[in-house]
Amino acid sequence: MSEGNILEVTNVCKAFGGVQALLNVSFNVQEGEVFGIIGPNGSGKTTLINCITGFIKMNSGKVLYKGKDISYKAPNQIANLGLTRTFQIMRPYYSLPAYKNLIIPLFSPRARRKGGWRGGGKLGDRGTVSIDILEEIGFERDSFVPYKLASSLPTGYLKRLELARCLALRPDLILCDEVFSGLSMSEIASMVPLIEKLQMDGITLVMIEHRLRELFRVASRVMVLNFGEKLTEGIPEEVMADEKVKEAYLGSEKLLDYTFEA
Amino acid sequence: MDILIYGIINSFSLALMAIGFTLVYGISRLPNFAHGALYVITGFLVWSLINLLKLHYAISIPLALIIMGLVGAAIYRFVLIRVRGMATSEIIATYALGLAILEFLRWGGFKGMTYTLPVFIEGKIDISGIPIDFQRIIVVGIGIVVVAFMWLFTHFNKIGLALRGMAQDEHAAMMLGIDSDWMAVIAMAMGSILAGISAIALLPLGNIVVEAGYNVLILSIAVCIVGGLGSWVGAILAAFMIGFLQIITVAYIQSHFQMVVALLAIIITLILRPSGLFGRQKELEERV
Amino acid sequence: MSTIERRKERLDRGIKVRTEGIYAVSSWQEVTYLVLPRLILIVGLLLLPLLIPILGFSPYWKRVVSMAAIYGLLALGFDFLAHFVGLVSLGGAFFIGVGGYTAALLNKSLGLSPVFTIPMATVGGAIICTLLLLPALPLRGVYFAIVTLMYPLAIMRIIEALNIFGGTDGILGVAGFPNTWIEQYLIILIVIFALFGLRRLVNEDIGLVFRGVKDNDQSVRASGLSITLYKAIAVFIASGLGCLGGAYLAHIYMWAGISQFALDFSVIPIAATVIGGGGTLVGPLLGCFFLVPISEWLRTFGTLRIVFYSVILMAFIMFRSEGVMVYAQRKYHQFQRWVKV
Repeated sequence: MSEGNILEVTNVCKAFGGVQALLNVSFNVQEGEVFGIIGPNGSGKTTLINCITGFIKMNSGKVLYKGKDISYKAPNQIANLGLTRTFQIMRPYYSLPAYKNLIIPLFSPRARRKGGWRGGGKLGDRGTVSIDILEEIGFERDSFVPYKLASSLPTGYLKRLELARCLALRPDLILCDEVFSGLSMSEIASMVPLIEKLQMDGITLVMIEHRLRELFRVASRVMVLNFGEKLTEGIPEEVMADEKVKEAYLGSEKLLDYTFEA
Repeated sequence: MDILIYGIINSFSLALMAIGFTLVYGISRLPNFAHGALYVITGFLVWSLINLLKLHYAISIPLALIIMGLVGAAIYRFVLIRVRGMATSEIIATYALGLAILEFLRWGGFKGMTYTLPVFIEGKIDISGIPIDFQRIIVVGIGIVVVAFMWLFTHFNKIGLALRGMAQDEHAAMMLGIDSDWMAVIAMAMGSILAGISAIALLPLGNIVVEAGYNVLILSIAVCIVGGLGSWVGAILAAFMIGFLQIITVAYIQSHFQMVVALLAIIITLILRPSGLFGRQKELEERV
Repeated sequence: MSTIERRKERLDRGIKVRTEGIYAVSSWQEVTYLVLPRLILIVGLLLLPLLIPILGFSPYWKRVVSMAAIYGLLALGFDFLAHFVGLVSLGGAFFIGVGGYTAALLNKSLGLSPVFTIPMATVGGAIICTLLLLPALPLRGVYFAIVTLMYPLAIMRIIEALNIFGGTDGILGVAGFPNTWIEQYLIILIVIFALFGLRRLVNEDIGLVFRGVKDNDQSVRASGLSITLYKAIAVFIASGLGCLGGAYLAHIYMWAGISQFALDFSVIPIAATVIGGGGTLVGPLLGCFFLVPISEWLRTFGTLRIVFYSVILMAFIMFRSEGVMVYAQRKYHQFQRWVKV
């Protein structure tokens, strides 16, 4: 393990039946940075996150988190080490109010260890703490929104709720699976400062994104996946200038500017 | 040698019992806990057709199968369609239906030694010194025919292909113009007919008793879990595994342990390989 | 058509809104509104044993009250598992049987009195049940239902085959209760305690975790909680209730036998839950106090009574799947009116 790497992924392979979803993917994430993973649809980005967080068992490969081997651990063990994820298809507890959604992660061993027996330590019980977290993530504290059932919340709030669930675990590293997708431009515009704030709080972020412009505003390094293989990695400008990347995204080099605008 | 022969016969009986259950579950994700009840009903139906209506055996069998198909379709159309998609309600509804049928038959007086079906062909044959009656050989034959028919049906028939499409992805199938309710009706009807076929093939070997309903249900569930719920190849292989295990148990330990073998097979499968022998990767991800 | 232009509007009663937070309760009307339903239930249950001799029922019906309470425990366990954890258990008889046999064995072989055997059988039986059901817990879907369906049937056969625990005769001569009053009131108090305990539990933080497991188990795993562990805790609670009922049953009848694995114990709790209203906890309990007396009354018809429950069960699940209690609670908390669209 080299200095400053919080996550080291080495040669991850995964095949579904005959389809090779991931082939020898390796990358490192440095502590405190925002690392982007981009690639066309079906290039294995979500599978990669599933493999790292243990939701799918990979066929071979190694994942080191803070120098610890977490390759074949269960998702809940990995989450308790401080490596959390959001789901691309939001998975809130639809039958519970938004703030009670957060009581479940606050009940986890990690949150209890960090926050004391009642979840919030000196800050109060878990209900109070979850309202605090929701406010931090953009739910208006004095409105009725945090008390509404998750099933009646719009997409924008559900995406935030996904992030809030990760934050409740007091993570060191969050893997975000398309937090911007399905949001309107103004909602995205309000999410970007949130990501920047998380980064300033010292949380490392790995972001899978299709919204390249917003991603490049926050990400310091980007990796490109195509058909389960890593094409290239580097700072955003370099990556987008790469011929292989243009080809993978567009099939030709002409429309690169369009990608940047999209 | 006798273990081999009896093992094969037992395995085919199990495969016959289980294939209807696995068909219905595979296509419409509906655990049909009334499967055992359908099996017993067929037995009494054929018996009544022969003994009460005095029909010929060869006529009453197809007639009974047609009625079973209609019964299966009616069960789906009138009962299950209302609870479709609510997993808890599906389980409870089919379980209650099965119980109602079986306990009604028990109350209605169908008990005791008097209810038997005639065998198809009388007589025995010696295979390397072990006498086997023809009925058991017929069971194996029917087993092979049913399995082959199912394979051909699902690979070369439009309805069969539609059923497979439903099994893989219901929503995609609906977008391609496959009526999912209609297909589920067909699946349920076929499942009932398969339960009926297994009953007609197996019941001449013994008496028709209500308890058989519970046994058939348990055994077919065991076969399906070991093979991977909804997988036909898995079900057939699992039928062979459990079939031989049972015969070995009977031969070397005690005949009462047949059911225990099935239960242990389920538990060991769930621990070692939760999706069963042939559960697909996608399902595993969904389930575990 | 006049009906097309109208729709039904349901509004919370003002008093319901005001009494939702405990701080808002200020007048005796509001206190009554909150407490009355619970009071009626508790007082009703407590009066039941007294009413039976007054109303001229034979002493046999006293036992029916205890039986109804035992079924009530099972139904509470079923409702808790099915509607708060998402596990459908088709084998309530398994819990009853394990509890009954454990209590009977403890009583017969160690000579312990019911004061010790019932708690020990509750905890011990729950541990046995949880361990045996453990393989089915990490899985979703019908697995739990299938395994719970198989256990009682298989255990019956094992006991018959091995001729252990008294074989088909069962264990005779288990110690009984000193008198029927203690027998009835103890179980009624246990049921009331279990009901309010479970209601409290499902709204505590750990109860939210259970409901999270039902709603979205992947999310629970991503939140750093092991679903198997929490399902196991829930099964422990539910099977503990069942085993308590079983141990009680063994001491009431002074006997433990394979008929404690019979289908009645699996079906009636499910039927009571569906009729009473799943997810309310109180509904299943009342459903048992309604169904069990009918069941006793129908005893002369033999297995026809199982047909009877099954048909009721199917009818309710097809046409009125919300159950009576959900309807009653809605009527109590809301009023509805027709409004013009």
